[in-house]
Amino acid sequence: MRLKALALLISILALTFGVGITSAQDGIVLDILTFTGPQIAEPLQRHAPEFAAMSAGVQINVVTVPFGDLYQTILTDQATGTNSYDVFVFAPQWMGDYIVPGYLEPLDAYLEADAAVEWDDVAGFFRDFSSTYEGSTYTIPLDGDFHMVYYRTDVLEQLGMTPPATWDEYLAIAEAANGMDMNGDGEGDYGSCIGKARGEQGYWFIHSIAAGFLQSQGTGQGGFFDTETFMPLVNNAGFIRALEIYQATNAFGPAEELNIGVGDTRSLFTAGRCALTLDWGDIGSLSVAEGSAVNDRVGAVILPGSTEVLDRATGELVTCDDMTCPHHINGVNHAPFAAFGGWSGGISAAAPQEVKDAAYAYLSYVSQPAQSNVDVTIGATGFNPYRVSQFEGADAWIAAGFSEAGAANYLGAIRDSLNSPNMMLDLRIPQNQRYQGVVLDTVLSQFLAGEFTAAEAAAEIETQWQEITEEIGLDAQLAAYRATLGIAGGE
Amino acid sequence: MTAQPPQSPKRTTTFAEWLDTLAPSVFIWPSVLIILLLAIFPLFVSLYLSFAQVNLVSGGYEVKFVGWKNYEKIFQGSQQRNFFGRWSDELNFLGLPGSPDWIGWVVMALLTVFLAVMLVSHLRRRQYQPIKLIGGIIGTVALTAVVRVFTVWLVAPSGAMAGTWFEEQYWLSILLPVLTAVGSANVLGIDGLFWRVVTIGFTLALAYLFAITFGADGLPGATVVTLVFVFGGITAQYVIGLGLALLVTQNLPGKRFFRIIFLLPMLITPVGVGFLFRMMADTLLGPLSPLWQLAGLSNYSWVETANGARLAILITDTWQWTPFMFIILLAALEGVSTEPIEAGLVDGANRWQLFRFVVLPEIVPVSVTLLLIRMIEAFKIIDLPRIMTRGGPGTATESITLYAFNQWKASTSSIGFSSASAYLLLLLVTFCALVLVNIVRRRVLEAFA
Repeated sequence: MRLKALALLISILALTFGVGITSAQDGIVLDILTFTGPQIAEPLQRHAPEFAAMSAGVQINVVTVPFGDLYQTILTDQATGTNSYDVFVFAPQWMGDYIVPGYLEPLDAYLEADAAVEWDDVAGFFRDFSSTYEGSTYTIPLDGDFHMVYYRTDVLEQLGMTPPATWDEYLAIAEAANGMDMNGDGEGDYGSCIGKARGEQGYWFIHSIAAGFLQSQGTGQGGFFDTETFMPLVNNAGFIRALEIYQATNAFGPAEELNIGVGDTRSLFTAGRCALTLDWGDIGSLSVAEGSAVNDRVGAVILPGSTEVLDRATGELVTCDDMTCPHHINGVNHAPFAAFGGWSGGISAAAPQEVKDAAYAYLSYVSQPAQSNVDVTIGATGFNPYRVSQFEGADAWIAAGFSEAGAANYLGAIRDSLNSPNMMLDLRIPQNQRYQGVVLDTVLSQFLAGEFTAAEAAAEIETQWQEITEEIGLDAQLAAYRATLGIAGGE
Repeated sequence: MTAQPPQSPKRTTTFAEWLDTLAPSVFIWPSVLIILLLAIFPLFVSLYLSFAQVNLVSGGYEVKFVGWKNYEKIFQGSQQRNFFGRWSDELNFLGLPGSPDWIGWVVMALLTVFLAVMLVSHLRRRQYQPIKLIGGIIGTVALTAVVRVFTVWLVAPSGAMAGTWFEEQYWLSILLPVLTAVGSANVLGIDGLFWRVVTIGFTLALAYLFAITFGADGLPGATVVTLVFVFGGITAQYVIGLGLALLVTQNLPGKRFFRIIFLLPMLITPVGVGFLFRMMADTLLGPLSPLWQLAGLSNYSWVETANGARLAILITDTWQWTPFMFIILLAALEGVSTEPIEAGLVDGANRWQLFRFVVLPEIVPVSVTLLLIRMIEAFKIIDLPRIMTRGGPGTATESITLYAFNQWKASTSSIGFSSASAYLLLLLVTFCALVLVNIVRRRVLEAFA
């Protein structure tokens, strides 16, 4: 018995040290933390062997945690000095909370010395907004994120309807299509599928709907708070209308809708079970991937908007005209929502210098056009276009399985969104996770479950947001908010 | 060294002897201290954190003391509705807010009668002298009232102590009267009565919370949801576990096989069980979806309605933890001696009488311990709701632990608030455990003795 135990102990020790010695001999191991994919983690793992071959054996070790835990895992790892990870691939929204305590390495010097990354090719929005904080660059974008509406071209044709320009049209299409058999299995399918689960991505969709009501004067106006008083823009007719629309889509979706995330709605949509869906860029490439039942039957369109917008002085809705919505298209105010901002890689400031160098080299390698222009066309990567060269040539997209028209439609919707002067930025003030990930997410799910009316929900969000602001300090939050919108007088 | 024979009747100890007597302590205390530290240190740190707010600052974090702010948020602030629940603002005939439905009223009435009977029987048993009893009650109430009035005066804003530390220290006006009440009840010899009254008050308050949050315009909060999981879960687990154990003690074919089969669910990690049941309950994409479709439930969701979601979690919890009840009750049943049973059979008792008067009294002590262990464990439920419903729909299945976790997960600065929630859970568990051990256990043992 005792001998056996001893043998076991020795072998465990041998293994432990053995592994330690071999990895030390082989060189640097990069521990990369991101969320439980398979998206995002897949390309990071796939490029590892190529990178090891060209970099004298730098090993890549991708560690994943559930999306809901990622923010806190990074924070805990750094705040406690554990420093188990060298690279974080995360939401640029959170960077403020990591940069202020000094967890992330500034990358300006690396970028200047690196021509291969083709920094100017990265679309301005991602370069100037997503990756920078107070003038310095901290992350390398790997993904471009904003919401769009996807529709089934064949279903709309059958119904004789056009892609939705307003949310009322979205609801009309969803209602008309709901119950139609869209995948030929003889069973009724759904008019609209939106991943509304709590603790997942559900809370971003409410602002995709609300954006068109809340922001009409261009990106600098912002859609979350008043830029003078920092009053939350939620307890008003525009946001309440958005809540009602969000809830109205429940009737045309699967019964499970309140408990499913975007992973599930993507499967449903590509299985041909939904007429409409609201998502990031992923549906485009997933629709041409293997196993998709909707190849070449998917269209994308800029987020629908509204013919009425919020008058911030009165809190009421006013009709769109050249004054109230200078950026309107045919009387409709569109405000494409840059939800999340795109997965980006940052480097731990606590890592040793040679590890930082290797980490930068790997992030740069994955982001370089040679790799990323192919990755963005593959649905499984979860990477969406973020470089100018990716919207310009349709060849890579056609090679990935798009038809010429399909590629033009998809890239057109992306271009429309990215070029819109009224694109709405996601919230990036300190502790934005508490505003969105806790309060908005919880109250929204309570509202969808019928625990609140729309007006009660709006009032509740306002109360709790103001409570957080009071705790952190109104002046600091207002200054940070104005800074993210690029308003003079901010920090 | 050879021992010296004692020189005088007054025994002197040598240094070596002194060392000898010290040796056990020297060897034992370090490990005791380390274990105590391991157990108590986190308890104190989290107690301190529950009065603090943690901020991330350049180069690390700072802990800022904020007093009772975290607790105020739960008791009167924005989190009251999430922690305790929501109820109607209308005052009912008792002058309290909330409008329970008729079931709530009936349960409240029955519970009040039961507790009153218990109190009366306690008074009878203790045979207080009337003068001492009345004097004790009046003394305790009067002293507490005096201290309360004094402390309220002390902490009043812009009162006599304006500008000093006492101003607006509201917690003093709660803590000091409570300490006075406990102390004077002890000194005046009515502590048994005092603790019973406190227990009854707390029980009635919890029951009332149940009644109003499940009543009109009400919405159960994390506290009530947790209690539903705990008491719904362990009741079902005990009943089913006892049933299975009774079955296996019968001489049925294949009983060894079933003994192992019944144990299996307990060996699976709760997260795995959560995913398993979540998949099975999914009528849309789950592996059982053809079955659900046959049953006409293809577009139905178990987790769409609040009570459906709670039921789904209760079923899963019961599936997982019934084996624990089963295996221990089985051991208890197999330990029941056969003589009294045989004697009962000779006397012509039927099966139910044998069970009720012979078997049950023997397994009651084990049962109470078993329920206590399961109860403490069940109060901490987080894995199943987190995996199966993420606390939804809305907050219908959000237990206190999940609530505290959700608050912390998105923001380090909320760790203080989460600690406060966790401490309230600790209070609740302690209260329920004390009630079970001190009152329920004794009554049950007496009833079956």
